[in-house]
Amino acid sequence: MQENASHRPEAVERFLDSTLESVDSAEELAVGMAQRAGMDEDGLLQIGMAIRESVVNAVVHGNRYNAHKKVRFAVASDGQQFTVRVGDEGEGFDFNSIPDPLAPENLLRTSGRGIFLIRSFMDDFQMRRLASGGTEVTLVKNLVSK
Amino acid sequence: MSVKLSARQVGDVTVIDVAGRITLGEGSSVLRDALRDLVSKNQKKILLNLGDVSYIDSSGIGELVSGFTTVTNGGGALKLLNLNKRVKDLLQITKLYTVFDVHEDEAGAIRSFA
Repeated sequence: MQENASHRPEAVERFLDSTLESVDSAEELAVGMAQRAGMDEDGLLQIGMAIRESVVNAVVHGNRYNAHKKVRFAVASDGQQFTVRVGDEGEGFDFNSIPDPLAPENLLRTSGRGIFLIRSFMDDFQMRRLASGGTEVTLVKNLVSK
Repeated sequence: MSVKLSARQVGDVTVIDVAGRITLGEGSSVLRDALRDLVSKNQKKILLNLGDVSYIDSSGIGELVSGFTTVTNGGGALKLLNLNKRVKDLLQITKLYTVFDVHEDEAGAIRSFA
């Protein structure tokens, strides 16, 4: 990955409907911004997939497709890091309850790999319970090699 | 482009050519329905050709696992053919690459069902 000295800081925030169409639009928005920030091809693929998994979690597991609930989607790029925040208005969940998808007894489970993939593809991943009750995840990808 | 499936018969093996994106929603349900339909018709030898799959998410991976389990529990075998680098990488980091019987050559894959 190369340093993109000419990059201009960029930040956007959207409040998305709790639909699968929002997953596509979030991915398109963020990947476009990452491309302008100078992210390489592998990084774009990884960011795209991590964002899809995050927004799917917010729409499906957080807001449960509730038309009255929104997904807050914020993306910022400062030339050094690409940061994405995805917040839902769901009930929250126990972060420790996520089973290890690589454990032999879980390998043939049909779900439960989303957060594992996000962690695999991003340089940092944090989850927190919002005061309002929902969940917010923060995904960071370094734009510059360290 | 969402997922597109087309099935063909090679001897007693059903080859399903999969193209497009296997993602949450239509992409994964189409694959699930197709595999369940084959199992209900007692088709026990199924080869999924993923050569033209451009994208797969965790839901799509789940559908591959679900299909594998459904076919295996029905006394059959589900094998994979022509994984591109992206799909192969995903199956490797999720430790599923060794769960599936993966082939790069269709003729060899067909023979392996014998």
